[in-house]
Amino acid sequence: MKTSSLAGGGLLIGFNLFNACKPSAKPPVNLAELNYNDFNAFIKIADNGAVTIFSPNPEIGQGVKTSMPMIIAEELDVAWKDVYVRQGILDTNNYTRQVAGGSQSIRFGWDPLRETGATARQMLVNAAAARWGVDPSECTTNEGVISNAAGDKLGYGEVVNEAAALQIPEDVALKDVKDYKIIGTDASNVDIDKIITGEPLFGLDYKSEGMVIASVMRPPAFGQKLESYNDTASMAVDGVIEVLKFGDKIAVLGKDTWSAMKGKKALKAEWKADSKLESTEDHDKLLLGLLDGNKFETLRTDGNVKKAFAEADKVLERTYESPFLPHNCLEPMNFYANVTPEKIHLVGPIQTPEGTAKHIAKLLERDFEDVHLEMTRQGGGFGRRLYGDFAVEAAEISNLAKKPVKVVFSRDDDMADGIYRPAIKYRIKAAVKDGKVTGYHLKEAAINSNMYGLIPNFFPAGAIENYQVDVAKYQSNITTGAWRAPYTNFLAFAEQSFFDELAELMEVDKIQLRLDLLQKVKGTTDERIQYSPERMEKVIKKAVEKSGWGTKPEGVYQGFVNYYCHNSHVAEVADVVLENGTPVVKKITCVVDCGIVINPLGALNQIEGGVIDGIGHSMYGDFAFEDGMPMSTNFDKYRLIRIKEAPIVETHLMKNEFSPTGLGEPTLPPAGGAIANAFKAATGKRLYKQPFSKYPELLKGPEKEIIG
Amino acid sequence: MPTYQLNINGESRSVEVSEDTPLLWVLRDNLNLVGTKYGCGIALCGSCTIHLDGTAVRSCALTIAQVEGKSITTIEGLSKDGSHPVQEAWKEVDVPQCGYCQTGQIMTASAFLKNNPNPTEDEIKDAMHGNICRCASYTRIYKAVEKAASKMA
Repeated sequence: MKTSSLAGGGLLIGFNLFNACKPSAKPPVNLAELNYNDFNAFIKIADNGAVTIFSPNPEIGQGVKTSMPMIIAEELDVAWKDVYVRQGILDTNNYTRQVAGGSQSIRFGWDPLRETGATARQMLVNAAAARWGVDPSECTTNEGVISNAAGDKLGYGEVVNEAAALQIPEDVALKDVKDYKIIGTDASNVDIDKIITGEPLFGLDYKSEGMVIASVMRPPAFGQKLESYNDTASMAVDGVIEVLKFGDKIAVLGKDTWSAMKGKKALKAEWKADSKLESTEDHDKLLLGLLDGNKFETLRTDGNVKKAFAEADKVLERTYESPFLPHNCLEPMNFYANVTPEKIHLVGPIQTPEGTAKHIAKLLERDFEDVHLEMTRQGGGFGRRLYGDFAVEAAEISNLAKKPVKVVFSRDDDMADGIYRPAIKYRIKAAVKDGKVTGYHLKEAAINSNMYGLIPNFFPAGAIENYQVDVAKYQSNITTGAWRAPYTNFLAFAEQSFFDELAELMEVDKIQLRLDLLQKVKGTTDERIQYSPERMEKVIKKAVEKSGWGTKPEGVYQGFVNYYCHNSHVAEVADVVLENGTPVVKKITCVVDCGIVINPLGALNQIEGGVIDGIGHSMYGDFAFEDGMPMSTNFDKYRLIRIKEAPIVETHLMKNEFSPTGLGEPTLPPAGGAIANAFKAATGKRLYKQPFSKYPELLKGPEKEIIG
Repeated sequence: MPTYQLNINGESRSVEVSEDTPLLWVLRDNLNLVGTKYGCGIALCGSCTIHLDGTAVRSCALTIAQVEGKSITTIEGLSKDGSHPVQEAWKEVDVPQCGYCQTGQIMTASAFLKNNPNPTEDEIKDAMHGNICRCASYTRIYKAVEKAASKMA
C-alpha cells in the first residue's frame, strides 16, 4: 500500500489489490518519487472531503465499476453520493488480477477492497486523534466525519494531509455485515448520466490527434493463407491513406471509418488453403465419432461405472448437441494503438489488459514498462474481449504505419473473425437399481478444448456412488475460446434435461430426485466437491415455493433447473403456455445464492440479463461453417433475442452472510434447461439439440381433440 | 468531395464527404457526435437510431445525400442535460448493463412515445423490437418506456 499527499492538497492511497495490507507496514511513499499521471491506483481524498475512487477492473457491463468502489466506500465510511468513480488504468505495480472473467472480480476483490477502505479510514482517524491528543480508539466515523468522545468533529478533508504522513496501520478492523450502509443498497450505474446522453465512453468513441482508422481484411475462411493482393482500387477510394500487409492480413488505413471500410471492400486478394477447410457437417460426424469411441481423458472417476451399468435394472443414455456461437458484443471489436519510440499507447475495450499488454510488448520486442494501456467502457464482453487479437493488430499496424491507428471491425468482421464458443456434444448415461441412481457417466466431445477441471466436481459429483467424467476433443483450425459461462452454458441444459428424463424413467418426483441426491453429499469429506449441498437445497426449496411449482392452473407448464457454477447456486423455473400450438416462455422465477449482494439494483440486472441471454442463445443461436467459412456474418442471418421474446424474470436473492460470489455468468446456464423442461411438459417432446428454434416439429403442442 | 449542409440538433453544420457516406459515420467521425452507435451497418440492430424530421430511423442505412435539408436529431440533441422524460425514466429504472445500445433504444422510445403517449404493452414491445440489447436488459427497457409514457402523459 502506498500513500502520499497530493501537491494540490489531499491524500492518495494506493492499494495493491490482493497484496493489500501485507504484514510488514511500509512508510508512506515520498511524493517526489511519484508520477501523478502514472499513479492511478488509489483513493483520492481532496481537502474539501470529496472522494475519488479508482475502479481497477475492466467494465464490460457486469457492473464492477459501480460495485467495486462501493465496497471501498463502505469501509472508508463515506457517503456514496460524495464518491466519484474513475476507471483505473492497467497498473501492475498497484493492482493484480485486472481481469473481467469467470465472474471473479467481486469474489477476489472482496477482502482487499474492504481492507483498502478500512486502512484509509484508520489513517484518517489516527491523524484526527493525534491532532486532538486522544486515543484513536475513542474516535468514531460517520460519512466522512471523525468524532471524538468530547464531541469534537473533523472532516476527512481536514486531516488528509496529516494522514498521508502516518505509518500504515496493520490489522485494521472490518465492519460487521449488520453495520453496512452502502453494501446491500441500490446504487445506479456510475456512468448512467454519460450513457443516456451519449457522451464518449466506449473504445469506438475514442479519438486522438492524427488517428487513422484501419479496416483489416483477414482470410475469409479458416485454413486459408494470403497468396497475393492488389490494392489499386483501394488506393483510388477517397480518404484511403495506405494499404499495408502484415502476416496474412491486409490493413486499409483511411482518414475515417467509412473510407477505410470502402477501401477494404475495393481490395482484391487471392487466398489459398494451407489446411483443411472444415464444415459443421464434418464436425458433427467427428464429434459423434469421439463419443462412440474409446479414446477419452478421464477427469474424475468414483467407484466403477461399468459395474453399475452391468448390474442396473434400468439404463438411460442420451446425447445432447450444441453449435458454435459468436459473442456478438454490440460494440464490435476495436482498439487504438500509437506505437512510438518512447512508448506504446493502447486504448480500448479489453477484458485482459495485462496479458494483452505483455503480448504486444513481446511481439514488438519492447519493454513491458513502455506500454501504457487505458481501458474504456466496453460494449459487452461475454468472453470475446479476453482475447486481445484486435489490440495486437492495432499495435502491429501502428508500428508499421508509424501513426496512431484504431482498428475497427465491421459486424461482418466481428462475426467472421471470432473466437467462438466451440461446438460441443455430451453423452450422459445413468444406471438405476432398486429405485436409486447407482451410476452416472458423462462424456464430452468438443472442438479444440474440453471442460475446465472444476466442472467434474459440480453436481452430481459426490451424490452418485459410481461416477465418471470423460472428455475428448477434435483439433480444428477454427478459433474457439471462452463464451459467457464456458461449457456450463450448454452442459447445464444437457444434465438438467437428463435428470428430468431420469425422474420420468424412475417414476419419481423431479424435485425430490434432485433433493435426494443432494442429501448424499452433505458432510462429504471430498474437498474437490465445489458446490454446497446445503445452499443448493435451500435454493431449490425457495424456487419451488416462489414459482408455485406444481400449483399452476391448467395450461401453464413448468420446467425446473438447479445449477452451480462460478461459485454461485441458482435455481430457475420456467412458466410456458401454448399460443397457437407453440410453447411460449412467459416467466422465469430465478433464485440466486451469491452470498452478500453488494448492489441489488445491479445484481438484478445481471440476473435478468443472464437468464434472457441464456434463453435467447438456446432458442436461436446457430452458427455453422461450410468450407471454413461462417454461414452467417450479420443479424440478417444470425438471430439474437429481442424484446418480444423476453419473458418476465422474477428474482429472489438468498439472504445470508457468505462472502460474495459471481453473478455475471451463473444465471445463464440454467435458463436453457428450464425452458426445455417446460417445453417437454407443454408439448410432450424432448429437445436434445440447440438451438431449439431449428426444430419446429418439436415445438408443437399435442393436437387437441375436437369436441362437438 | 461535395459539401453538404445539414440541420443537426437545431444547428446548421457543413460537411465535406463522399455522397455515399452513411449519416452514421458523418455524425461519429466528422461531427464528433459519437452518442449514435455503430452495431451492424444494415439497419437491423437499432444502435444508430436518430430522428429524421421527428421519425426514428437507422442512420447507418441513410446516406448523407438522402438527409440533406431534413431535420436531424441525435441523442446529443434530445435534451441539453439528459432531462428528456425518456432519459429520466432510463436513469430511474437504471436500464443499462454495458450501455452501448441504450442511446439507440432511447431514440426509438422517444419518437414512439411522441406519437403514442398511451401505449399498450404490445405496442411498446412492437416499437422496441427492432433494437437489440445484447446484454438483454429488455425487462428494464420495457419498464423505462412505460415509466416515460406516464411522465409524458
